[in-house]
Amino acid sequence: MKIVKHSFDGIIVGAGGAGLRAAIEAAPTMKLAVITKLYPTRSHTGAAQGGMSAALANVEEDNWNWHAFDTVKGSDYLADQPAVDILCKEAIDAVVELEHWGLPFSRLESGKIAQRRFGGHTIKEGAAPAFRACYAADRTGHMILQTLYQKCVSMGVEFFDEFQVLDIKIEDGVCKGVVAYEIATGDLHVFEARAVTFATGGFGKIFKVSSNAHSLTGDGPGMLYQKGIPLEDMEFYQFHPTGIYRLGILLSEAARGEGGILRNKDGERFMERYAPSIKDLAPRDMVSRAIATEISAGNGAGPNNDYVYLDLTHLGEEAIMKKLPDITDFVRTYVKIEPINDPIPVQPTAHYAMGGIPTDVNGRVLSDHKGGVIEGVYAAGEAACVSVHGANRLGTNSLLDIVVFGKRAGQSMVDYVSSTKASTLNESAADDLSNKINNLMEKEHTTEFSVANIRSELQDSMEENAKIFRSKETLDNQTEILANLRERYQNVTIQDKGKVFNSELLEAIELDYLLDMADTTVASALARKESRGAHSREDFPDRDDKKFMKHSFAFKNGNSVKLEYKDVELGKYEPMERKY
Amino acid sequence: MEIDLKILRYDPENDKKGHWEYYKVDAEPEERILDLLHKIKWFEDGSLSFRKSCAHGVCGSDAMVVNGENMLACQVLVKEVSNPIKIEPIRGLPVVKDLIVDMEPFFDSYKKVLPYLINNDDPGDRERLQSPEDRDKFEDTTKCILCAACTTSCPVFWTAESYIGPAAIVNAHRFVMDSRDQGSKQRLEIMKDVNGAFRCRTAFNCTSACPRGIQVTKAIEDVKRETLLNN
Repeated sequence: MKIVKHSFDGIIVGAGGAGLRAAIEAAPTMKLAVITKLYPTRSHTGAAQGGMSAALANVEEDNWNWHAFDTVKGSDYLADQPAVDILCKEAIDAVVELEHWGLPFSRLESGKIAQRRFGGHTIKEGAAPAFRACYAADRTGHMILQTLYQKCVSMGVEFFDEFQVLDIKIEDGVCKGVVAYEIATGDLHVFEARAVTFATGGFGKIFKVSSNAHSLTGDGPGMLYQKGIPLEDMEFYQFHPTGIYRLGILLSEAARGEGGILRNKDGERFMERYAPSIKDLAPRDMVSRAIATEISAGNGAGPNNDYVYLDLTHLGEEAIMKKLPDITDFVRTYVKIEPINDPIPVQPTAHYAMGGIPTDVNGRVLSDHKGGVIEGVYAAGEAACVSVHGANRLGTNSLLDIVVFGKRAGQSMVDYVSSTKASTLNESAADDLSNKINNLMEKEHTTEFSVANIRSELQDSMEENAKIFRSKETLDNQTEILANLRERYQNVTIQDKGKVFNSELLEAIELDYLLDMADTTVASALARKESRGAHSREDFPDRDDKKFMKHSFAFKNGNSVKLEYKDVELGKYEPMERKY
Repeated sequence: MEIDLKILRYDPENDKKGHWEYYKVDAEPEERILDLLHKIKWFEDGSLSFRKSCAHGVCGSDAMVVNGENMLACQVLVKEVSNPIKIEPIRGLPVVKDLIVDMEPFFDSYKKVLPYLINNDDPGDRERLQSPEDRDKFEDTTKCILCAACTTSCPVFWTAESYIGPAAIVNAHRFVMDSRDQGSKQRLEIMKDVNGAFRCRTAFNCTSACPRGIQVTKAIEDVKRETLLNN
């Protein structure tokens, strides 16, 4: 296997919003490369739709403290409040900065950035829905990704497109670099670098129905977990209420922000019963639970009573086409109905990981639950857990998270590189990966151990046992299924033995990460004997602040998961009952 | 229903040139072409190679030629195309393997148009103002996902790969028409070049091919007009 050696100060893995924002911060002062398994503009940040919140107060009075209150309450009090303060305070400059870099925000008549309502965002700590989400039609993520990439192009940032990082080298708790696989040639590349940021995104592909891209397989969290670094709050996975029925394609919460209404089979606006004050604009965990509850009560629509309707018909053609053009297109393309005239069949779809690689507010990766850090390793975006989203993320806060904490991770790389000496790594750093690949290439293919078979069983079973509602029974069941899948994975085989664009080989390696994500999700969920945010235990329906105002830290312990806990950092908001 | 697929395959490690391979796949009428490709890859022939990511038409990975027309494999349903379905890589860029082409020349052209906001004035602490009317002037071209469906459907591009191509012009348009931008002079110089916007022969292939519904030919005409007005 050909091995190519590179020497950099800093490496960023992943070129979505968080990776690109970190790159913009770090590139001017160091030899930096961004490595991505896609082309940067293919990253899933581009699929985000509705907006990015910041208390600009362009439409009405607003205050970043109210944004922080909503974020903490939305998190079901599991977010670390000092981190939330940073997120909401720095949001304002982050939006302005993107505008200065050219982001084509939608505008108000005054010429200022337009803002819309979104779930869980209120003024005056719950008084009324807030106009806080800054948006560019319903393609805000696309415009953020484009703008950040354009900025990188203007700065001459160096990219390794379609290179997949598959190993990180850490010696004595200090980062030495990464090893990547060049997808077009099958060559291995050793990148010596003392600062590495992981911005690899989420892992929605552990579930069957998901809004996530095929590429979202938990690569960063998986790679670090296998090196003994824990994963934080993995039991908290967000299901977005409005995925297109069966396909899971996201229909933005902006649809409800602009006045869309959820209805059951009888046409009833059922959210009035679950969140009397803000109704359809309740946070996502509550709306998804409400939909699941309606469906299990027999109020779902369709021949199998398994979906509800998102009704936009009262908004009028002009508002729909102006403010929600892309999701209108998705509905026309994939469901073949006209949202101007007919309600849209929707169901909750796996959407966002609140958990991930534990970091401090400067993106530094934590090595344990006691505050230890890995020198030179950083993480940001959905791959990371700061934690600003706690047990449930509010809509629009992910686009905010990637720019605020992407920037901070980039700053940390700058500080670290300026105060340390270059690391060295030689070609032998590729040995582990090279052995792993050779092993997969040499094994004879059998259907029983094919990647697709193991992966589809993983997705089907997670959908069945670990989705919106969980219980000891479903989670025990899933633990057993995962142990069996893990055993079969040891024998996984591939058919393609070529060197050029061997995506089957990469899917086989990604499946390992997916299994890690599922293992940690299920183990953490089983141990959390309470219901909080997106984690709903049927056997423990209440929140238990006495026992569980804690972040979980899942460590790899052979083939099982070992759990530790860390107290939530509180602040000015006392935990209270979460009503809307 | 049973679908017959005919896919143009090429493996650089074993083939001198491309060849057709035939597959039969069971599919629902509502499934995407991408779903069919996955069924083959995952359950029949793991070596079939194609790019994909978001699977709903926003990342721009999976442009290919389906029954003779450029489209995103994830955006077209089985019931919308006639059976048998013929699938080839997009044209005018070197084929690397099966349905994967070398995208580097495409992104090089994109970078030539200075695809970023150029404005050296101090913007102050808050956002620059822009009226909704000014914002609307480039709304259409902000939708571009750089999938290359337009450029690789262009007959001028097929015969002259030095032509910068519709996608690059769309991205020039996005900035030329933006009231906040001050880089038009430089960009329009590039557009005046022999390989710039005036090589367009208004075939409209690009407009038909765009999976985002961008009025590509109109954008090219806007850029040509701006180039003449600024001459």
